[in-house]
Amino acid sequence: MLQRKIPLFIVFVMGFLMTVQFYIPHPVSQTLYKYVLDWMNGVASMAIVLAVGSLIMHHWRRLKKPEFAPYSAVALVSLFFMAILGFFFGIGEGSLFQKMFENVQIPLQATMFSLLAFYMASAAYRAFRARNLEATLLLLSAFILMIGIIPLGYYIHPKISDFALWILNVPNLAAKRGIMIGVGLGMMATSLKIILGIERNWLGG
Amino acid sequence: MKIIRVLSTLDRRIIFLLVGLGILIPLLKPLGIPENITPPVRDVYQFIDTLPPGSAILMSVDYDASVLPEVHPMFLSILRHAMLRNVKVIGIALNPAGVGLGVQAFDRISKEFGKKYGEDYVYLGFKPNFVATMLGLGEEIRKVFPTDYYGTPLDSLPMMKEIHSYRDIALVISFSGAGYPGSWVAYAYSRYGQKVAAGVTAVMAADYYPFLQTGQFIGMLGGMKGAAEYEDLVNKLLQEKGYKKPMPFAIKGMDSITVVHLLIIIFIILGNLGYFLQKKEVK
Amino acid sequence: MHLATDPWVWVAAILTLFIFTFLYKDNPLYKFAEHLLVGVSAGYYLAIYWHNGVKPNIIDHITQGQLIYLIPLILGLMYFTIFIPKTSYMIRWPIAFLLGAGSGLSIPATFQANIAEQIKGTMLQPLSFYYSNAALINAIVLFIGVLTVLTYFFFSKEHKGALYTTARIGIIFLMIGFGASFGYTVMARVSLLIGRLQFLLGNWLGIIPSW
Repeated sequence: MLQRKIPLFIVFVMGFLMTVQFYIPHPVSQTLYKYVLDWMNGVASMAIVLAVGSLIMHHWRRLKKPEFAPYSAVALVSLFFMAILGFFFGIGEGSLFQKMFENVQIPLQATMFSLLAFYMASAAYRAFRARNLEATLLLLSAFILMIGIIPLGYYIHPKISDFALWILNVPNLAAKRGIMIGVGLGMMATSLKIILGIERNWLGG
Repeated sequence: MKIIRVLSTLDRRIIFLLVGLGILIPLLKPLGIPENITPPVRDVYQFIDTLPPGSAILMSVDYDASVLPEVHPMFLSILRHAMLRNVKVIGIALNPAGVGLGVQAFDRISKEFGKKYGEDYVYLGFKPNFVATMLGLGEEIRKVFPTDYYGTPLDSLPMMKEIHSYRDIALVISFSGAGYPGSWVAYAYSRYGQKVAAGVTAVMAADYYPFLQTGQFIGMLGGMKGAAEYEDLVNKLLQEKGYKKPMPFAIKGMDSITVVHLLIIIFIILGNLGYFLQKKEVK
Repeated sequence: MHLATDPWVWVAAILTLFIFTFLYKDNPLYKFAEHLLVGVSAGYYLAIYWHNGVKPNIIDHITQGQLIYLIPLILGLMYFTIFIPKTSYMIRWPIAFLLGAGSGLSIPATFQANIAEQIKGTMLQPLSFYYSNAALINAIVLFIGVLTVLTYFFFSKEHKGALYTTARIGIIFLMIGFGASFGYTVMARVSLLIGRLQFLLGNWLGIIPSW
């Protein structure tokens, strides 16, 4: 009862009310709508304990394994160090917290993603083959885009840039819109399934 | 034939090296190819450029450092443009890993123009539930953001006295490398009629063209190219007004992109030549 | 060349180089940097979620006597039950609250933004015929494109006969669309590397103007 029925009941009531309030703008539904919006941010902000809690537990366990211990220690120490800075020493511009963000977190995260440039080039070189009509079309469209969106393409001939824009605005738009409508229908169906209790995977085991 | 075979089976480390050089050399010796301005970027520029002084726009930091070189220059350029035009700016963040980027950007650009916190701009910080935030801003900003990023109540900020909801905000611009701009359309535009523009990574740009055609976005900056175009427009305006021109980050980057695009096209052609050669030999 | 004098720039540059060592192969320097990122980010989130979420949106209200905010507080505290095996099922309640409300709110919004407006934008209207021949042709191509892409995604019936033909046309549109995305993606990936090299050459080594 407590384990499954109450959560399913909450989902149904919340889902039903929040769908209906859109179509029935009555003062009661509007008041409820405003309260729910207000609470959602509060409840969601406490979910951080889940993420950080399980991260701490994961690295805590790894401290017992010699091959991982030094790295997990780095993760744990930096986690607590950063949290203490943020909680007790201010988060504004000029604070140590912000300095750490700008000079440790930003460069690490940005560099990690910048490695993709190398792998993308190498993958394009080895795997991008005009094996059939579909692949050839994809390749041609990519070529036109790559030339057309850089200023060089425009200065070789403005028509190249125009053609790239046409691809984006007509055939690409048609494809992406088809996908968008499909995804939209899928999202609505999934939401409805969750509200009606047909989709229950979120309950876990 | 032999040379094609060799060129089509290069080691990946050679590819890495060529890509690295393709980026490095133009950074050291810029090609200086001027920018051409595309309609989606011009639309955003013109919208902000023609706003009456004192209007407010909302700039949402929906990105983080993983897409910094593409999106951050857009954020800086649009912020410069708004501050130059005396448009008031409200900053918020929906991506927790990007909150500090907003702090940094506002601090830097406000100093360039001598703008005052609380009077010319505010930074309200982060909220974790984007749906509730986007919808809540249509009702009352104070409900969603009782305080700003620094913990100051909103009513203590002079600029916020007249600003309560989307009714008082001329434009929302979502800067993002993910699906946030689409959500702004779904929640802010569809429900409250709020005008929305987007500054997105190149990966996302092609996906958002449907929103441009329907007018759900008033305009869009896509990838470093979009950033470079806006940088170019704003830098020209700055020069016109007698300000010092900032270092054109994205415009310089476009030189490297030009070289690497050509390199990748050559790589793909070489790879394909090798592939067809091999297929012919098997036959 | 003016080497940076700010120690923070050196920290950022050295960490950048640590990550780049991965291009050669996985190694302790990279692993150190990776774990540092995980730790620093998690600590960052904790502080930001507290200062920008829990405190202003729950705690401050309660301390001001608005007791109705005890409801989100109690719901939020239920997240902690995950760490106590006997009561861990209670974590489903706050999830149910957010999931239910989120799903409910998303249905009308998604319909409006992703479906209704998109269909409206695809319709051939008298206006499409008005501007120019090119606009008309584009409107027709767009109309056919959206329709055929949708038939490609229609899996309830086997793609045979007319459906096969339309689905094939749909694939052509999809491939052009994916090609466009790929072309853009190359730019995106390269941009990220440009950003780091500009930092190393500019802010750190001072060979080019810093950003």
